[in-house]
Amino acid sequence: MTAKIAYDDVEVGTELPARSFPVNRATLVQYAGASGDFNPIHWNEKFAKEVGLPDVIAHGMFTMAEAIRVVTDWTGDPGAVVDYGVRFTKPVVVPNDDQGAVIEVTGKVGAKLDDNTVRVDLTVTSGGLKVLGMSRAVVRLA
Amino acid sequence: MALDQSFVGRTYPPTDPYEVGREKIREFAEAVGDANPAYTDPDAAKALGYADVIAPPTFVFSITFKAAGQVVQDPQLGLDYSRVVHGDQKFAYRRPVRAGDRLTVTSTIEAVRSMAGNDILDIRGEVHDESGEHVVTAWTKLVARAAEPVESVEATDGKA
Repeated sequence: MTAKIAYDDVEVGTELPARSFPVNRATLVQYAGASGDFNPIHWNEKFAKEVGLPDVIAHGMFTMAEAIRVVTDWTGDPGAVVDYGVRFTKPVVVPNDDQGAVIEVTGKVGAKLDDNTVRVDLTVTSGGLKVLGMSRAVVRLA
Repeated sequence: MALDQSFVGRTYPPTDPYEVGREKIREFAEAVGDANPAYTDPDAAKALGYADVIAPPTFVFSITFKAAGQVVQDPQLGLDYSRVVHGDQKFAYRRPVRAGDRLTVTSTIEAVRSMAGNDILDIRGEVHDESGEHVVTAWTKLVARAAEPVESVEATDGKA
């Protein structure tokens, strides 16, 4: 494994480059096909509203997949991720318009651990609301 | 109806092998908009020390969640699947999933709880490759919402 960031070059509090990830209905249809999760709450507005949601929502696993990109883009090597966990706290509501929704992700080093690993704490929001909680990854650096 | 506590610790038989294909990884990486060449270019993956293209970190969920279906749909457990949402998800990786892997999943019920009428189920999926090497562990928390509306419960991801 060959992460492009060196353990010695980061400190607790080091910020990772923030990213914004757009998501629209087409994104969700594509993710449904790729992941095999065809739950209609992710593409059928009528169904979503019938089960009490405000509108179609993004797959939680889609949001989780986007959030870790802040870490994998930083290290270069996606295989350097040792550990990754999130809590799904709020849905990412995706309206059927030209804009869709945007998932905003920031990350910073929360702790330096053994074996050249660091814990990255991620903050993941959409429309100003925190959509993932306890979002943390452990990644092995060079 | 509260779930039966005696299911805690129950382990289900390993799934049939899932063969990870390069094109399936490419499809997943494109769906999440990730252009990292380690997902699509074998040479780029080799430069990082891998035998073939690797999968994005959350790719394996498609496999472990399907395996968790054994638990979710176990008629003896009696989970109301139509009310299930995804609460938490965690992975611990021994190595990345790569093209050519033939992965089996062994699912175990780690915890069963009832809170405010919601049934909460923690499932651990241990993923092994064809040689028996451990690849990744996935923990999935599923919440079957109470049959009657409960004020304090917010809609979370409707992973069902």
